[in-house]
Amino acid sequence: MLLASVEYARPGSVDEALSLLAANPNARALAGGQTLVNVMKARIAAPDVLVDLNGIPELREIRETGEGLELGPMVTYTQLARSEEVLGSRPILAEVAARIADVQVRNRGTLGGNLCSNDPTNHLPPVLVAVGATMAIAGASGVRLVPAEEFFLGVYLTAVGPGELLTGISVPRRQGDDGFASVTIGTDGTCIVNAAASRNGSLRVVLGCVAATPVLIELPTADEEAVRAAVAGAELDPPSDIHAPAAYRRQLAGVLAARAVRQANGAA
Amino acid sequence: MSALVAKKTISVEVNGTTYEREVEARRLLVHFIRDDLDLTGTHVGCDTGNCGACSVIVDGTLLKSCMMLAIQADGASIETVEGLGADGELSGLQQAFGEHHALQCGYCTPGMLMSAKALLDENPEPTEGEIRRAIQGNICRCTGYVNIVEAIAAASEAGS
Repeated sequence: MLLASVEYARPGSVDEALSLLAANPNARALAGGQTLVNVMKARIAAPDVLVDLNGIPELREIRETGEGLELGPMVTYTQLARSEEVLGSRPILAEVAARIADVQVRNRGTLGGNLCSNDPTNHLPPVLVAVGATMAIAGASGVRLVPAEEFFLGVYLTAVGPGELLTGISVPRRQGDDGFASVTIGTDGTCIVNAAASRNGSLRVVLGCVAATPVLIELPTADEEAVRAAVAGAELDPPSDIHAPAAYRRQLAGVLAARAVRQANGAA
Repeated sequence: MSALVAKKTISVEVNGTTYEREVEARRLLVHFIRDDLDLTGTHVGCDTGNCGACSVIVDGTLLKSCMMLAIQADGASIETVEGLGADGELSGLQQAFGEHHALQCGYCTPGMLMSAKALLDENPEPTEGEIRRAIQGNICRCTGYVNIVEAIAAASEAGS
């Protein structure tokens, strides 16, 4: 498939990228391209301008502070999977990133792209809500911080508005333990349902693929039966599609939430 | 300030040779390699980033060339399947594919070879599990993968 005509820029800094996005209302940021290029091939989206972020090194950094990780949005899944800092500070990110798709996709696909595309079947939105991450969004008026719980607004829709750019993701250092479970189409394929869990005294369970955005359930204890009951009580209304009917997704949600919690309890 | 361009003359090194060509911003890397450079070893399979037949190595990184714009490869060094052998001789990896009947129709083969090369460049003695994971992004409809995995294992044992 051929793309429609488009203009292209490769800024060397965040400020340049923001100027380009502000000056061109129908511009899209190009990160790893593993979603956007396909979308453009199918003519589902037709941006006039592509702002390639691959020439901005500061967006690809991983830093470990005393409190946790500072991750650039252009960090690739491969980088996440192999990073000493990530493996030391919040290994669930590396573990999940290592199981996304395949080598080629992981070498280009980015953390920021996974978050900002916010396909309901993506892996990382539920994980980042579970670990209580904070997103930094830059725009003309400066940088604002949005907690992960408030970042995902709808299908393909996040708190990053026109002319803005996700410039950083802060992940707190692991205190308790984390878990992730999914049923996918083929090994490491698209998720049919996924669930992330984070236990730190109390428990956060986040379900993916069952609604437009990740569904957060908070519980005082990490007891698997309580988790299943809470998921059943959440009255989920997941979509039916070619991969699974709604009832199966609803059932899987409870099963996978329990599996993720089991891993977070250290028993997986 | 980075200019907004609809087309650009890019300079790309492919298998050791530098090419300068004007490309539209919308041109996919796979079409640039196949149609602008006449290197048709890299294949278009699914065109959606699933099958891996378009796999090439760019600046040491294995990726699917149908999922990248040619203009993004300006200044890059690319390895395609045509660069595997030397002086008309097949590489050890290519020979192993032949000896182990790791291809039938051959359509997935260039992508499989590039994924295998990327693996062995980084991990010269992979386990079977590591080999299988390394070709996870390459779909073969003919062979059932067993011979491909054996060929890559054999190539790694022979030090290719």
